[in-house]
Parts: sequence; C-alpha cells; structure tokens
Amino acid sequence: MLPSLAGEIPLIPAIPELIAGFVLFLIVWYAIAKFVVPKFEETYAERTAVIQGGIERAEKAQADAATALNDYNAQLATAREEAARIREEAKSQGTSILAEMRAQAQEESARLLAHAKAQIEAERSLAVQQLRTEVGGLATTLAGRIVGESLDDDDRARRTVDRFIADLESQAEQASGHKV
Amino acid sequence: MGLLGLVIPMEGGEAEDSHWPPGVHSFDGRPLFPGAGVDWINNHLFQAVLGAVIVIGVWIWLANGHKLVPGKKQFAGEQIYNVLRNGIARDILGHEYRKFLPYLVALFSFILVNNLFGQFFLLMFPTFSKVGYAYALAMLTFILYNAAGIAKWGVFGYLKRMTLPEGVPPALWVIIIPLEFASNFIVRPITLALRLFANLFAGHLVVVVFVMGGALLLEQASIGYKLAGGVALLMSGAIFALEIFVAVLQAYIFTVLSAQYIASSIAEEH
Repeated sequence: MLPSLAGEIPLIPAIPELIAGFVLFLIVWYAIAKFVVPKFEETYAERTAVIQGGIERAEKAQADAATALNDYNAQLATAREEAARIREEAKSQGTSILAEMRAQAQEESARLLAHAKAQIEAERSLAVQQLRTEVGGLATTLAGRIVGESLDDDDRARRTVDRFIADLESQAEQASGHKV
Repeated sequence: MGLLGLVIPMEGGEAEDSHWPPGVHSFDGRPLFPGAGVDWINNHLFQAVLGAVIVIGVWIWLANGHKLVPGKKQFAGEQIYNVLRNGIARDILGHEYRKFLPYLVALFSFILVNNLFGQFFLLMFPTFSKVGYAYALAMLTFILYNAAGIAKWGVFGYLKRMTLPEGVPPALWVIIIPLEFASNFIVRPITLALRLFANLFAGHLVVVVFVMGGALLLEQASIGYKLAGGVALLMSGAIFALEIFVAVLQAYIFTVLSAQYIASSIAEEH
C-alpha cells in the first residue's frame, strides 16, 4: 500500500528512494573522505610546513648574522687590545733599550777612560824610570865635572851647571820630540 | 524509451490534462524501464546517481594536481573547500573538526548539486523534493551525531547530557527530560529532513506553476490571458534566481545544522 500512499502524500517516503539516497550518500561520503579531503589537507600541511620552514630559515639566518657580527666585534676588540698592548710593550721596551744603551755607553766611556788613564800611567812610570836612570848617569857626570873644575873657579862651576841644565833641557826636548 | 524520458522534462503522466493543475503528481517519477518490474529505477534515481557522480568527479578533479602555490583550478577548489572547512566545520566543531569534515563536505556538495538540478534545463527537478532522499540524509546525520556522542561519552553519559541540561532543579526533571529528549532525538532529524524537502518541493511547485501556467495562458485565445502568460514566464526568471539562492541556502543550512548537532553531542559543556 505504501507506494500508492507515497504518491498521494508527499511526506511518506518511497522506500527505494530512501535506500537510494542512503547508499548514494554513503558512496559520496566515502569518496570525499578517501580521495578529496586528505589531498586538500596534505597540501595545507605542506604549505604550512614550507611557510614555517621559511620562517625558521629566516630566523636562523638572522641569528647566524648576529653571531657573525658579535664574533667580528669581539675579534675587533681583541685586535684593538692587542695593538694597544703591543704599542705599550714597544714603548716600555724602547725605554728600557734606551736606558740600557745609555748604561752601555757610559760603561764604555768609563772603560775607555780607565784604559787611557792606565796607559798614561804606564807611560809616565816608564818615563820616570828612564829619567831616573838618565838622571843618575847625568848626576854622576855632572858630579865628575863639578869636582874636576870646582877647585879652580866657582864661577866656572856655576857656568858648568848652567850648561848642564841647558843640555838637559835640550836633551829632554829631544827625547820628548822623539817620543812624540 | 527510458532515455527519452530522461531528456524530455515532462511532468506527470502522458495526457495533456494530467499536467494541470500542478500538484503532488508533478513529482511522480518516470520509470526508465516501464513494465520491466524495476519501476524504482526512475528518472529521480538516475539524477541522484548523476549528482553523486558529479560531486565525486568534480571534487576529485579539484583535489588532484595540487601544488604549494595554487593555480586557478586549485585556488577555486580551495575557496570552496575553505568555506566548508574553516567556515563551517572548524568554527562549529572546534579542534575535532577534521573527523567530521569529509561528511560535511560530502553533505553540502551532494545537496547543492541535487538542488541545482531543479534549475538545470535537462532535468528541471530537485532531487530532494522527493522526501525519501531528504529523510535518508537526515537519518545519516542523526546516526552520525548520536554515534559521535556515544563514542565520546558512553551511552548513559550521552543520554544524560542530551536530556538533562546542567543546573536544572530536580522538580523540573519530569518536564525537562521528555522535552529535551523530544527536541534532540525526534524534532531534530525530522525538521532537518522536512526543511530541505519542503523548501525544494514548494520551490519546484512554484516553478511549475509559473512556467506551465504561463505557457498554458499563452496558448489561450484571449489577449489578456496571453499578456498574463507572458508576465508569468518573465516572472519565472526571477523565480529561477530565487530557487538557485534557495538551493545554495538549503544546502548550507543542512550542513551547518548537521555540524551543530554533532558539536552539541561532543561538546564539553552544554
């Protein structure tokens, strides 16, 4: 009786329609769930991943750049410090070298002075030695002469001495001129 | 003969006088194989199958060949998909929307395509003006939201949530429990089906009245009748526009309400 009733009252469903609607929609549902929604979601997920990856990459690059800048600045600071230190060192070294050189020069000059003095002393003592020997001989000669002539004349003796001294002087001049 | 019945959008029986006035008989199906004992294979079933094939085919076409940067086709597909995914499923169902998204996409598309058949010149008949199809979808939504609720809360937890809102004083339980039960388990599926069915049934009837009535009047001898017939046919254009709007709106409402019912079943709070 139902089919005829379905024809008369539109609210009473025809059973085949009900079943057809049910089955058809289940098929559509299955197809959409299996082949359509996953594809869209996959694309969305990929897109999200790519965008997120891009943001992460950009952030990483920024961080890298910041690190590099910090490193560079640190290196620069170190280099500056090093330069300052080297300058300071050089300055102090220069000072110490100067002082050392001065000390060395002083030492050298003292040494030269002492050497010269010692030489002069040696020459002087040598001269004194020679002088002594010569003076001894001369004195003897002089004494001989004085004794030989003093008896005759005081005046002559005085002249003899004078002559002697003059000889002596000329001899000494000759000796020193020879020496030089 | 069966195929001829498909391409000629005739309503009702063969005789001229059976077309007018339009009525319930305007919604009778034409068997594709008359007298073969399979009268249930009629033009309505054919267009329902066609609708399913179109929905599946178009969606699969839209879903394939995706790239990260969408082309025109993919962009269009994503626009529609996003309305269903973000505008309906995610907004109403929250973080659990992904499970029910295929159902809602299928529901909207299937109803929309079948509704638009009412304005498609070869078919000129909205499938859901046959109440059986509307009942079928409402039943599925009914099964789905109850199953989702039971899966989440268990049979008794779900029944308690659906029949007894929090904070109701025990004295009112006698009234509230039957009311809530009737509202959630009886009124919901029936209104869901009848809303869709009645809108399309009435819409199709109006279209038939304007188009066939207009044509009938135009055939009359009187100049006044001819004028009225012309106006009626012009008006049918506006009716078509309205019916297209109704077709989209009803598909949208059915989908939103289904999502709403599922959301109320799995919601943490009332």
